[in-house]
Amino acid sequence: MKEKTKILDKESINRILNRMAHEILEKNKGTGELCIIGIRTHGAFLASRMGTRIKLIENKEVPVGILDITLYRDDLTLISSQPVVHKTEIDFDITGKHVILVDDVLYTGRTVRAALDALVDFGRPTTIQLAVLIDRGHRELPIRPDYVGKNIPTAQQETIEVRMEESEGIDEVVIIEKSHLPS
Amino acid sequence: MKWTRKDLLGLEYLSKEELEFILATADSFKEVSTREIKKVPALRGKTVVNLFYEPSTRTRVSFEVAAKRLSADVINIAAETSSVKKGETLIDTGKNIQALKADIIVLRNSFSGSPFLLSRHVDISVINAGDGWHEHPTQALLDIFTLKEKFGRIEGLNVSIVGDIAHSRVARSNIWGLTKLGAKVTVCAPPMLIPYAIEEMGVRITHDIDEALYEADAVNVLRMQFERDQQNAFPEHIDYFRQYGITRERLDKAKNKNLIVMHPGPINRGIELASEVADCPQSVILEQVTNGIAVRMAVLFLVSQSENSQ
Repeated sequence: MKEKTKILDKESINRILNRMAHEILEKNKGTGELCIIGIRTHGAFLASRMGTRIKLIENKEVPVGILDITLYRDDLTLISSQPVVHKTEIDFDITGKHVILVDDVLYTGRTVRAALDALVDFGRPTTIQLAVLIDRGHRELPIRPDYVGKNIPTAQQETIEVRMEESEGIDEVVIIEKSHLPS
Repeated sequence: MKWTRKDLLGLEYLSKEELEFILATADSFKEVSTREIKKVPALRGKTVVNLFYEPSTRTRVSFEVAAKRLSADVINIAAETSSVKKGETLIDTGKNIQALKADIIVLRNSFSGSPFLLSRHVDISVINAGDGWHEHPTQALLDIFTLKEKFGRIEGLNVSIVGDIAHSRVARSNIWGLTKLGAKVTVCAPPMLIPYAIEEMGVRITHDIDEALYEADAVNVLRMQFERDQQNAFPEHIDYFRQYGITRERLDKAKNKNLIVMHPGPINRGIELASEVADCPQSVILEQVTNGIAVRMAVLFLVSQSENSQ
């Protein structure tokens, strides 16, 4: 049995992404040396939307890339559902760049750890900054985000589900409670 | 879909979905070899043993490069310089490799079916890198991957395989894979090099090279394996080239002007393939080599991730 609570709808996601785009530009003083890399799958969609917003604000193109971290995971052998390897698409040099790493949900920090390992194989960025739509807590590694869409304190038996138009046909974020689990 | 096999023994035993899954996974791995640091940690801490009972350069090196790009440790065993010379059986060798806590054995052996035998006696993964006249699954997968890259599809393609079909594991694996994916396959060779009942695999037979090329989108040219000719069944080199060699003039008579030319290597220039054809823009022979790494990375990765592997 699963219970759903909607925490973000289309409009609120839009407002959050607008605010984050401004924060990124403010901190980096414009688009110089900036690039955005999204972690597959939702992070990649968010990265592309972020790129569009930055273009609207500053009227400058920012390179946007996609990172697949499957091959860098530390839980490849533990994971119950077998991971499918997808393409990484970073067709620009990240050396000397300020990389904005984008993901949908920050939880244990293990995905970000894997992404950091992958990124340093591509070059030596000046900085890597982390932007996430949702920070749900429960970190297992010393990793913190630079830009947060929304902090949502959760219990570990809850799951955050981000749905995006590009993949699920709707923009929303919901909490799913696995009520059959003891709390 | 989910990959469940611990071994890759042949394409005969794979479903269409499994074939497509390997090709899609290989497509993702191709990018790794274009990076400045051509390495990912997916197989870190795993040991791959290349156990080769037949001479091979490109297949062994390709598996070795693929395993190393996945950060696995690679051990190469060539039978001529191993205890096989002292009479050790394949099963004993396999069990010893397993006792060394290796994770994957890549086996090349001149006996058809030997990877099956080995896989029944060890728990670790076995990948067939060519067994006798039976199958060479990763070669066919890289051929099919290259075709898919060139044409965007396999369904409906006309593929002609020319040369020593009788002794060719590459031909057999290609026929299994291509027909499952919906390609139309024609085999072309002198009658003594066409094996009995090959048409039951769903292929068309012709002995006329011009006919084989006329409707083809791609031609896979096999090497004449003169070393396997024990009954003097093979034509002389020059006769073979005259009748079946792929030349510029023959390619120009084909309907598809962009017909692509493939060859699993090593090439015998001037026997099965004219030198100028091997180097012409229609030839994708070196792209096949590059794609071979991506395909073998995918296979090594998938067998190591299957739930049935340890």
